[in-house]
Amino acid sequence: MRVGVKLLLVAAAVAAAGVLIGLYVSKLTTLQGSASYTVPVKQVNGKPVVDLTLETVAAVGPKLSPNPDWVSYLVQNQQGVWEHRTVWKLPANATIHVTIYNFDSASGLRNPYLARPEGIDGNRITINGKPSDGINPNDASHTFAIPAYHLIVALPGVADNAKNQCGYAPCSLSMAHETVRFTFHTGAPGHFRWQCFVPCAAGWVYGWGGPMQTIGYMDGFIDVT
Amino acid sequence: MSAIAVAVRPPVVRRLLGFNLLTGVLLGIGGWYVGWFGAHAVVGPSLAYFAAIDFNELSLVLAYLGGVTGFLIGLGFLNYPVKRLLGYPPSLREKETEGWGRYFSLCTDHKVVGIQYLWGIGLFFFIGGLNAMLIRFELLRPDHQAFPAGTYLTLVGVHGSMMMGMMTSGILGPFANYLVPIMIGARRMAFPRIEAFTFWLLMAAGAILQTTIFWGGFPTGWTGYEPLNVEGYQGMDCYILFFALVGISMTLLGLNMIVTIVTMRAPGLTWTRLPIFVWGVLSTAILMALAAPVLVATLSMALLDRVVQTNFFIPSQGGSSYLYENLFWVFGHPEVYILALPGFAIVLELLPVFARKPLWGYRLAVAGLLGVSLLSWFVWQHHIFVSGINGDLRPFYMLSTELISIPTGFTFICGMMTLWRGNIRYTTPMLFCLAWFFNFLLGGLSGVFLSDVPSDVTTHGSFFSMAHFHYTIMGGLVFTFFAAIYYWVPKMTGVQLSERLGKIHFWWMFLAFNSTFMPLFAIGFLGQPRRVVTYPKSLQFLNDWVSVSAFVLGLSLLYFLVTFVYQLVFVKKPAEANPWGSRSIEFRLPSPVPVHNFDRIPVFSSDPYGYGEGPAPSPIPVGAPAGRD
Amino acid sequence: MSAVPTAASPAGAQPTNHGRRVFVAWIVLSVIATPLVAIFLGPILPPGNGSEQAHGQVIDNTVLTATITPVICLLVVFFAYTLTQFRAAPGAALADGPPLRNHAGIQVWWVVLTTATVLFLAGFGTFELLQNGSGGGQGPSPVAVPSGVRQNQMLQVQVIGQQWNWTYRYPSYGGVETQQLFLPEHTWVALNVTSLDVIHSFWAYKLGVKADANPGVDNIAYLQTRGPLSFDIRCAELCGLWHGYMYQTGHVVSQSQFASWIKQQQQLDKPVARYLPKYQRFYYPDPQRRAG
Repeated sequence: MRVGVKLLLVAAAVAAAGVLIGLYVSKLTTLQGSASYTVPVKQVNGKPVVDLTLETVAAVGPKLSPNPDWVSYLVQNQQGVWEHRTVWKLPANATIHVTIYNFDSASGLRNPYLARPEGIDGNRITINGKPSDGINPNDASHTFAIPAYHLIVALPGVADNAKNQCGYAPCSLSMAHETVRFTFHTGAPGHFRWQCFVPCAAGWVYGWGGPMQTIGYMDGFIDVT
Repeated sequence: MSAIAVAVRPPVVRRLLGFNLLTGVLLGIGGWYVGWFGAHAVVGPSLAYFAAIDFNELSLVLAYLGGVTGFLIGLGFLNYPVKRLLGYPPSLREKETEGWGRYFSLCTDHKVVGIQYLWGIGLFFFIGGLNAMLIRFELLRPDHQAFPAGTYLTLVGVHGSMMMGMMTSGILGPFANYLVPIMIGARRMAFPRIEAFTFWLLMAAGAILQTTIFWGGFPTGWTGYEPLNVEGYQGMDCYILFFALVGISMTLLGLNMIVTIVTMRAPGLTWTRLPIFVWGVLSTAILMALAAPVLVATLSMALLDRVVQTNFFIPSQGGSSYLYENLFWVFGHPEVYILALPGFAIVLELLPVFARKPLWGYRLAVAGLLGVSLLSWFVWQHHIFVSGINGDLRPFYMLSTELISIPTGFTFICGMMTLWRGNIRYTTPMLFCLAWFFNFLLGGLSGVFLSDVPSDVTTHGSFFSMAHFHYTIMGGLVFTFFAAIYYWVPKMTGVQLSERLGKIHFWWMFLAFNSTFMPLFAIGFLGQPRRVVTYPKSLQFLNDWVSVSAFVLGLSLLYFLVTFVYQLVFVKKPAEANPWGSRSIEFRLPSPVPVHNFDRIPVFSSDPYGYGEGPAPSPIPVGAPAGRD
Repeated sequence: MSAVPTAASPAGAQPTNHGRRVFVAWIVLSVIATPLVAIFLGPILPPGNGSEQAHGQVIDNTVLTATITPVICLLVVFFAYTLTQFRAAPGAALADGPPLRNHAGIQVWWVVLTTATVLFLAGFGTFELLQNGSGGGQGPSPVAVPSGVRQNQMLQVQVIGQQWNWTYRYPSYGGVETQQLFLPEHTWVALNVTSLDVIHSFWAYKLGVKADANPGVDNIAYLQTRGPLSFDIRCAELCGLWHGYMYQTGHVVSQSQFASWIKQQQQLDKPVARYLPKYQRFYYPDPQRRAG
C-alpha cells in the first residue's frame, strides 16, 4: 500500500476517533443532569428575599421527560410555567420563602424521624394555611431536605380517595393537592445538594432507584452565589 | 481430511459477506431485535413492575444476549459444529494463512489471535484511560461539576470495569496466546477455535459496557455491590452482562492455557526446563479457570435479583448483602493476582536476557508463582475487614494476607540476584522491567498497611487503597505489558521498534505515573474516600497535582500510540530474528514467526537461561522437510 | 547475608566482595534511617490522636513504617549499587555474565527473614487489634472487647446510615434520634452502625473509626474519646448518587455540654417521638418498600 493511502487511512481513523470521543464526552455532560434555573430575587429592606415555588407530582409525563411515570419536582418560573429543573440559583445570605404544592399521594417515610421539620424558621411549616410542627410519617409523600443546612421538611400526601387527582404533570392548582409553606436562610456561597427522603420509586427495591437517584427528579442542587 | 492450507482466495464480494466481523455485526443487530421483541412478546405483559419503572428490563438483557449470540454466529463459530453435525466437510476459511482479512474474522492461528488481542485490548485500554482522564478532570475542584454527580459514578464504574475486565487478559491474551505454543514447541493451542472465541467474546463484552451510557449508566463502581446493584438503572445490566461475558472468556482462556501447557509440550521439555513465562501463564490460568466461574455465578444471581425480583442479596427479604461481598471477593482476590502474576513472569523472563545471566533460583521463582496462586484463595476477606465479618476471622485473614507477601518476595529475590554481577543493558524492555521493581515495591509495601487491620480501619475505602492497587496493577502489570510489547512485537510483526522513541516513552510514563499516584497515598491517608465527586477544600492542591500529572500520563500513552502506529505502518524497519541476543526458542525463528511455527517439532535439552554456560545446541532440527499441520 | 561466591579473577588481583559492600551499606543505612523514621515520622502519621483508637492506629502505623524502612533501604542500596556497578559498557560487544544459578544460603536467609518479618507484623497487628478493635466495625458479636469496661457501661450510640444521610439514636436517652453526632469527652462509646437500605460505611477520620453500615446488621465499633474536637464524618462505601456528599461534622464536647445538648434534642424530638420505632439493633422498616 502506498504511503499516501496509508496516511489517508490513519487520518480517517484519527478523525473518526475524535468524533466518537467528542460525542461520548458531550453525551456524558448531559447524562442524568438538570439545567439550572435562576430564581428571581427581590430586595426587602436591603436584604435579598426569594420566593421559590415548587410542585411535586406523581408522574412527570411524556412532554417533560423521557420517563413519563417517574415522580418529580418541578419549579415555577416567573411566567407561571412549571419547568422540569432541579438545580436552582439562590442568592447568598438571603431569606427564601418556599411554597410546595404536593399532588402525589402518601407512601411513608423509611425513617420516621425525618417527619419532624428542622432547619427552617421556627421549625414549623404551614400545611394548607395551618401551622404544624410535624406530620405522621406514614402520611409523608415527599420531603425537601438540604442536609448541609440540616434542613428537612416532610410533605403530607394527598388522600387516596381525593377527587380530581393529577395524572401527568404539569398539575394545575384546581386538582387535589396539599400546600406547604416554610422559610429558610442561605448563608455563604456554595454548592449544596438537596434530595427527597421518601423512597417512593415504584418498582425499584427499597424504593430508592430511578427518580430517587436522578438529578432532575427527586434530587438537585442549590447554587448559592 | 487434507491438512494443506488454503491457497485459493474467493472473490472480494464473497469474502466481504463471508463469515467475518461485518456479518458478525449485522447478525448481532438482528439478534438484538430478536431478543428485544421476543422478550416483549413473551414476558412483557406478565411482570407488572416493568410498567412502574417504564422499562422492560428483561428485554434489554435478552436483547444483549441475542446480540452477542448473533455476533458470534455471524463470525462463524457455529460453522464447524453445524457442518460436522450435518456430515459436510468443514470450511477452511478459518485456516487461511495469509491476508489481513484474517484479523477481522474467526482465525484459528494462535499468532493471529494474539495480535487481535493486542489491538483489541489496546483499544479498550485507551477507552478506559479516556474515562480516567475525565474522572481526574472532574476532580480538579471540589465543587466543579463538569459531569452531573450520577454521571461521575458511571465514569468511575466504566473506567474500573473496563480496566479490570480487559487487563485480566492483558498479558495472557496477546502474549501467551502468541508465545506459549512457540515456547513449548507446539504448532497450535490445544483448542484453537475456543481461543478465537475468547477474543471475540471479550470484544462483544467491551462494546456492551460502553453502551451503558445510553441506558443511564450505573452507580455501583466496578464491584457492583448489592443491594445498590438492584437499585441501579438499566445501565446496570450492561455492567452485569459485560462482566459475566468477560468471566466466561477468562474461564475458557485459562482452561485452554492449562491444557496446552500440560499436554502439548515438545519432547525434552520437562517441567524444570519450562521458561518461567510459561510457568507464570500456568499459575495465572489456574486462577482464571477456577475464579472466573464464581464471578459468572454471582452476577447471574444479581441479574436475577434485578430482572425477576429474586432476593439472593436483599436482606429485608431473607437474602444477605454479605453473601454478595464474599462471593465477589472470592473471585475478586484471585482476580488481582491474575493481573499481577503475568507481570512477575515477564520480569523474570526478560531479566536474564538483559543481564546476560541465568535466571537465579529457578525453582524458588516457580515456588513463588505457584505459592501466590495457591495463597490467593485464602485472603479474600481482607477486602471487607470492617464490614462486620466475624471478628474471629480477622486475625486469620491478616495472617494469610501477610503470608502471601512471602512468595511475592521470591520474585524479588530471584530478579535481584539475576541482576547481581551481570552485564546489564538498559534497553527499553529492560527499563520497563526495572520500573516494575520500583512500582511493585511501593504497591506491595502499601499492601502491608492495608493488610494490617488497625491500619486498614483508616485506609480501607480511601484513596490509599486506590494508590495501592494502581501501583501494583498499573505500575506492575501495565509497565510489564509495555516491556512485553517492546520485547516481542518485533518478533510478532517483523518490524523493529526504535530504542530512542521507546526510551522517551518510558521516562515520560514512569515519571508521570509516579507523580500521579504517589500523592494518592497521602490523599487517602488524609481522609478522602474513594468514588467521591467532592472532597475537603484542604485537599485541593494535592488533587490538582494528581489531575495534572494524570493528563501528562495520558499524553505519554498517546505518544506511545502515535509512535507505535508510525513505526508499524510507515517506517516498517525490518527486525532481525534475534535483536536482543536471547537464548529463548522464539528468537531462533524468523521475524515474523512463520505460519506453522516450526518446520519440525523441536527437541529440548535445557532451559533457555544458559547465559555464561557456553553456546547451547538449538532445539530446532535444521534441514528437515515441512511436517504436517 | 553470606558472601556471594566470586567469579575467578585475574591472577594477583583481589576479588571485590560486592556482597559485603552491599550488606554493610544496607545495615548502616537501616540503622540510621529506622530510628529516625520511628521517632520523627511516626508521631505525625495519620490518623492523628483524636481518640484512643486513633492513637493506637498511629502507633501501629509507626511500627509498620519502621519495619518496612529496612526493606526499602535494602532495595535502594541494592539497586543503586547493581545498576551502576554491573552495567554493560555502552557500545561493547555482547558478553555473558557469570553463570550463577543458585545459592542455597541466600535463599534460606531470604525466606527466613521475610517470613519472620511477616509473622512479626501479623502478630503485632493481631495484638493491637484484639485490644479493643482499633475503631473498626466488628459485627454484631465483637471479639475484641476492651478490658476493664463492660459493654453496658459504655455510651451506646446507634449510627443509622440511609441514602444519603446519617442519623443517630441514643438508646440510653429514650431512643432520641438526632441529625448530628455529639459525643462526650473521655468516654467509652459503643457505636452500633446499621443501614436502612444499601451498604454505607461510617468513617470518622480523626477518631480512627470505620464501620460498614449493612442493612439488617448491627456492626459494633468501640471508641474511647479524648478531649473536645470536631471531626469529619464521611461515607466510605459507594452507596449511590450522593455518596460523595454524605458527609457531616461531628463533635466531641465536654460532659456538661453533651448533657445539655441531648436534653435539647429530646425536647425537639417530642413531635415525632411517638412515631419512632422502638430502639432495636437494626430495622426492617415497615412497610417493606418495593413499590411506592
